[in-house]
Amino acid sequence: MTFFLFLEQTLNAFQLGVMLFLMAAGLTLVFGIMNMINLAHGSFYMIGAYVAAYVGHVTGNFFIGVAVALPVAALTGMAVEITALRKLYNRDHLDQVLATFGLILFFNELTSIIWGPQAIFVPIPGLFEGSVELIPGAPYPIYRLVIIGAGLVVALLLRLLIVKTRTGMLIRAGASNREMVSALGVDIDRLYTVVFGLGALLAGLAGALAGPILATEIGMGENILILTFVVIIVGGIGSIRGALIGALLVGVVDTYGRAFLPAILRSLFEDPSVADGVGASASSMSIYILMAVVLIFKPRGLFQAYG
Amino acid sequence: MGSVELNRKTIVLLVGLVFLIALPPVALAMDEEFFISLFSRILVYALAAVSLDLILGYAGMASLGHGAFLGVGAYVVGILAFHASEEVAIPFLPGDWAGTFNALIAWVSAIVVSGLFALVIGALSLRTSGVYFIMITLAFAQMIYFFFISLSAYGGEDGLNMEQRNAFPMLDLGDDTSFYYVCLGLLLAFVYVCHRIVNSRFGMVMRGCKQNETRMRALGYSTYKYKLVCFVIAGAGAGLAGALAANQNEFVSPGLMHWTRSGEVMIMVILGGIGTLFGPIFGAAALLLMEEVLAAYTQHWMIILGPVLILVVLFAKRGIYGFLAGDRGRDG
Repeated sequence: MTFFLFLEQTLNAFQLGVMLFLMAAGLTLVFGIMNMINLAHGSFYMIGAYVAAYVGHVTGNFFIGVAVALPVAALTGMAVEITALRKLYNRDHLDQVLATFGLILFFNELTSIIWGPQAIFVPIPGLFEGSVELIPGAPYPIYRLVIIGAGLVVALLLRLLIVKTRTGMLIRAGASNREMVSALGVDIDRLYTVVFGLGALLAGLAGALAGPILATEIGMGENILILTFVVIIVGGIGSIRGALIGALLVGVVDTYGRAFLPAILRSLFEDPSVADGVGASASSMSIYILMAVVLIFKPRGLFQAYG
Repeated sequence: MGSVELNRKTIVLLVGLVFLIALPPVALAMDEEFFISLFSRILVYALAAVSLDLILGYAGMASLGHGAFLGVGAYVVGILAFHASEEVAIPFLPGDWAGTFNALIAWVSAIVVSGLFALVIGALSLRTSGVYFIMITLAFAQMIYFFFISLSAYGGEDGLNMEQRNAFPMLDLGDDTSFYYVCLGLLLAFVYVCHRIVNSRFGMVMRGCKQNETRMRALGYSTYKYKLVCFVIAGAGAGLAGALAANQNEFVSPGLMHWTRSGEVMIMVILGGIGTLFGPIFGAAALLLMEEVLAAYTQHWMIILGPVLILVVLFAKRGIYGFLAGDRGRDG
């Protein structure tokens, strides 16, 4: 029984880790290449979730919803880059924080005007309903397995894109020396827009996939954004590999913390109400403690990218 | 300071001061007591914004977790009041101290405790710099936010009501006008302290760190310690603002330390004029008044505030105070 619980929680941890990776990959690329901190990254996640939920509801097909959500998120990202953020690449991080904070306020309010303040709940698509027994006696929801699979496929594609293609080569080159790439005649502005769009697309995908397991609501972007920050601090800003390892690590620590810490503490404390109180606090703080520990030993994260 | 010269800066400051001192009697005469509580709130947030500007504008530490200290200060006051009215001893403390309504004890405790929080968070966060620092202060603030949300003994997510405002010697803080003047007095005192700090040798080291930390280290300054002390002072200042905020609302909740609150305080600093002591006060007034006015027209006022913010960042870096007071505003 405990082994099944452990297996289930491990898969849950993976599923959270994969979602976080989709968010962290875009954020870390934008930082690594444009030296830009983008708080509005969570807004693309929210936009992806809302568009997927809305289109999925209207057409009755979850997959059409996801297919529409991806380009909408990517185009929103590119539009924002061209109109506002492009002017901020050479400004200090404080300006970037404030401007993208302004974008969050704008997008949250816009979403609330279009779709209303209530949370939307998306049904799990019929194809992936129910659960499957991975090993006999341990059922696990199919949809969560699909998320894990989709995330791993995207991670692989992203690696191929960055290592094998010309665009990927330019992205790597842009990350290590912007001026040089631009001096060699590459249209660096277009590259930036493409990278920004790619990041927004991945965030939109994460949001669209999250619809059926989380509530689609205003402010959902900020919650995951802060977890994503923890991921890229732990993994090392600018490193895709760091984002993957960091995301899985945060997923594991958070999920195990919530699942097992309260039980462990209940066996340590005499008074169950004290144990529950401490357990609730400790499990919600576990990933920040992880971050603090990593920082004490590695102030620039586990994988430091690009020197 | 020397003799006071009558230039744009002194005129702007004098007009502002006279306005703030005269506000309660005028509001009472006009029967618009609402303005007294609105401006009390502005003064409280101005205090928080000035404390943030001390690290943001003078020392170049972009902390996006300042709301945490605001919240901790408020909770110290709230928890002490809660125990005083329930007459239960505070757990995890030596002795059987059952809280207090006394303002002096409660507010000093708020300052000390939030200073201690700033010491721990600062000691860890200052190992990093730049964009890491922004994200780490943000993450620590969220951690404290979640800690108080899960603290069900003190109301958890719903927060904690205060039976009454703190008792201040010879004053009734329950009276909005007295409370307003206490806030004003504390704000002016804190600005004076900051003025002394930024113009001291310590302050010069801080400004040096902002411009070029490597060079300061080469000159033999242990910049980490200087920055940490500055971070603690700012945290303690925000704790005092939190104590006042708790008194103003007679209510504390984790919402005070949500990261959007930290963002708002940062906006006040930038809007008013970063790196000046009086700018954040103008910024706090501008943001909260704008909120008040826009909210009267539409519930979706943030859709206007968001783009305004982007425009301010792109085109108006000197802020309101820089605009009003001219170049002389810079020195604070």
